[in-house]
Amino acid sequence: MIFLKLFLSFCYIGALSFGGGYAALPLIREQCVDLNAWLSMAEFSDLLTISQITPGPIAINSATFVGMKTAGIPGAVVASIGFMLPPFIIVTLIFLIFKKYGRLPLLQDILSGLKPAVVALIAVAGMDILFEAVWGSQAISLASTNIFTAALAVMAFTVMRIRKTGAISVILVCGIIGVLQHFVTGLLL
Amino acid sequence: MYAKTKKPTCWALFLNTFILSAFTIGGGYVMVPLMRERFVDKLGWIDRDELAELIALGQSAPGAMVVNSTVIMGYRLLGTRGAVSALLGTALPPLIILSAVCRFYELIRDNAYVSAALRGMRAGVAAVIADTVVNMVSPYLKRSGVTSLAIMAAAFLVSFLYDVNAGYVILSCGVLGIIIGAIRRKRGKAA
Repeated sequence: MIFLKLFLSFCYIGALSFGGGYAALPLIREQCVDLNAWLSMAEFSDLLTISQITPGPIAINSATFVGMKTAGIPGAVVASIGFMLPPFIIVTLIFLIFKKYGRLPLLQDILSGLKPAVVALIAVAGMDILFEAVWGSQAISLASTNIFTAALAVMAFTVMRIRKTGAISVILVCGIIGVLQHFVTGLLL
Repeated sequence: MYAKTKKPTCWALFLNTFILSAFTIGGGYVMVPLMRERFVDKLGWIDRDELAELIALGQSAPGAMVVNSTVIMGYRLLGTRGAVSALLGTALPPLIILSAVCRFYELIRDNAYVSAALRGMRAGVAAVIADTVVNMVSPYLKRSGVTSLAIMAAAFLVSFLYDVNAGYVILSCGVLGIIIGAIRRKRGKAA
């Protein structure tokens, strides 16, 4: 019974989370914290932290986390499938429509509106991550600025523009530099 | 329209989406630079413009944008079996990793070295995204797509300053695209 409940709840979340992972969060909270008590509020905020430090889309991370908590690995699988099924069906329809009518001016017009919007949304995601890295949860001011991460971001960007370094290596090296800095400051203080 | 792209095998599709998903901390738009690097530059499965299209379509459906986009890519490259390979490849890493992390997440969450690494990685991710945005904006600047740049600026402002849900931004920009297209055609006929 728990499996059916998990499946249906995550189907609902999957079908309504327009706008990506963060749009799913209020729905996950409604289903898992408020309606079904699968998670406490503290566990829900842990879930957000974990989603940010583990790879992959946040919504699938959430489905796995909630499924694991309530019904072990089978629960994780059922919740994840539930979450992915409605979007999969909708995406299939979108693909079929574009395959058949993709050359229609109407669909081309829609795409020419969507593409620049997507660039903007990517830029916003980048700003959010930069702010989180440089200021954390503190108010933005000169005093609360983490000069180290700000400089690291600028350096990484410069290296990427000049040397065309791969994204994964840039991210990994920045992570290592972060650990080294923590280690060195620990030694000095 | 998509004839010039190379065709992968199902296994290659699975493997590459798996690696993409396994190495992207955070998810969402963080994955775009990696999709571009892997699918456009390295493998040549899709071109730059197609990537923007896949992301736009993936964002128009509910659910995780990356899963949706890789599924559409799978459909285009290899039909239904391609879509399923891409779905499994993208979805399995978070499923496996989270199942493992669940058991000892307090340890990971409260570890000072983990948070130091994450802070550094966030700086790196911000740089990677900035690089991608520059790459994605420059074709619009070159062909001076004023309308597109205006849509971009408006979408950025409402999303960044007013925190408007990405779904609404996408929806209204799609409608805007229809209106602009209709006006253009009307003018074209009149001229």
